Amino acid sequence: MSHRGRLLVFFIGAGCVAAMFAVAFFRMPAFGGTMHLYRDLAVRAAVAHQTANVVSSVDFDQRGMDTFGEEAILLASVVGAAVLLRPSDEEAELRPKRPGRILPSTKLLGYALLPVTLLIGLDVVLHGQVTPGGGFQGGVVIATGLHLLYVAGSYPALDRVRPLAAFDIGEAVGGAAFGGLGIAGIVAATSFLANFLPRGSFGQLTSAGTVFVLNGAVGLEVGCGMVVLIAHFLRQDIIIAAKAEQAQ
Amino acid sequence: MTVLLASALSLVAIVGTAVVATSQPERQAVTLSFYGLTLTVLFLALQAPDVALSQLGVGAAIVPLMVMLAIRSIEARHSQPGSRQESGDGEPGQPDEQSGGGQP
Repeated sequence: MSHRGRLLVFFIGAGCVAAMFAVAFFRMPAFGGTMHLYRDLAVRAAVAHQTANVVSSVDFDQRGMDTFGEEAILLASVVGAAVLLRPSDEEAELRPKRPGRILPSTKLLGYALLPVTLLIGLDVVLHGQVTPGGGFQGGVVIATGLHLLYVAGSYPALDRVRPLAAFDIGEAVGGAAFGGLGIAGIVAATSFLANFLPRGSFGQLTSAGTVFVLNGAVGLEVGCGMVVLIAHFLRQDIIIAAKAEQAQ
Repeated sequence: MTVLLASALSLVAIVGTAVVATSQPERQAVTLSFYGLTLTVLFLALQAPDVALSQLGVGAAIVPLMVMLAIRSIEARHSQPGSRQESGDGEPGQPDEQSGGGQP
């Protein structure tokens, strides 16, 4: 197709999209308005299930199926990245070089904040049904926090506290637990991911029934998945090199 | 509230432009991280702390780190064999310290 032809096709497509956007935007409720039909329904449903954090209730109770899909996407992308980043025939593993000079302030802050960050991550996972956060956010905090050991310490140190096989299994177990709880919802109640556990009292750590358990499952899956993902990227960068290079 | 929202939105626009204007990809990973932070502030101003937390972890930490590691790997492969040793140490002035990508 010629340059002019391609441009014509582009402008027809872009014009259609622009027209549809214009129609959609002019019918949107005003920014910051007080009319929120979905909010009213979601808050009522969340309170009925003793879930103080309405967002968690939407994610894991009212629209648990959507979150299950998202977790599956995350699992698939981590597996995909791991497959793509595995050493190929032309590559070989090098011994990681000795760590370079690390600023004392970096070392101090890294080691001091490592336990604090892991604790905050755990806290965010466990309180997902009461306060902002949850399995995904907490899992990401834990996974990134663990890498402070690399920033402040060294790659071998990180490698020692991070047995990748265990994290592979952790990710799979987390994903399977989510699906298993969904199926348990069919067996014990009426539908996939139904909230069938006792719901406790509003605002307590043990409230919200399955939301609490699902948050734990997601925390495990996301935490382990992110560690595995970063590990493969780090490995590519640090200890895998072309064979020709290793021979030198 | 309006002032807070307006300044958060303008901050996102300014830093977003800075990301586009950054010419070197490895420096872009750092500006991208700052962009993630400004989005976190915006979400917080819009009273969406759950989304802000996700954005902080993924947009400000994981994605820039992955971008930086990928760029470093590509550069090491494109340069001559043996020159990886130099690039692995992280040249001074390079934004490697931000992600810890500088010291194997």
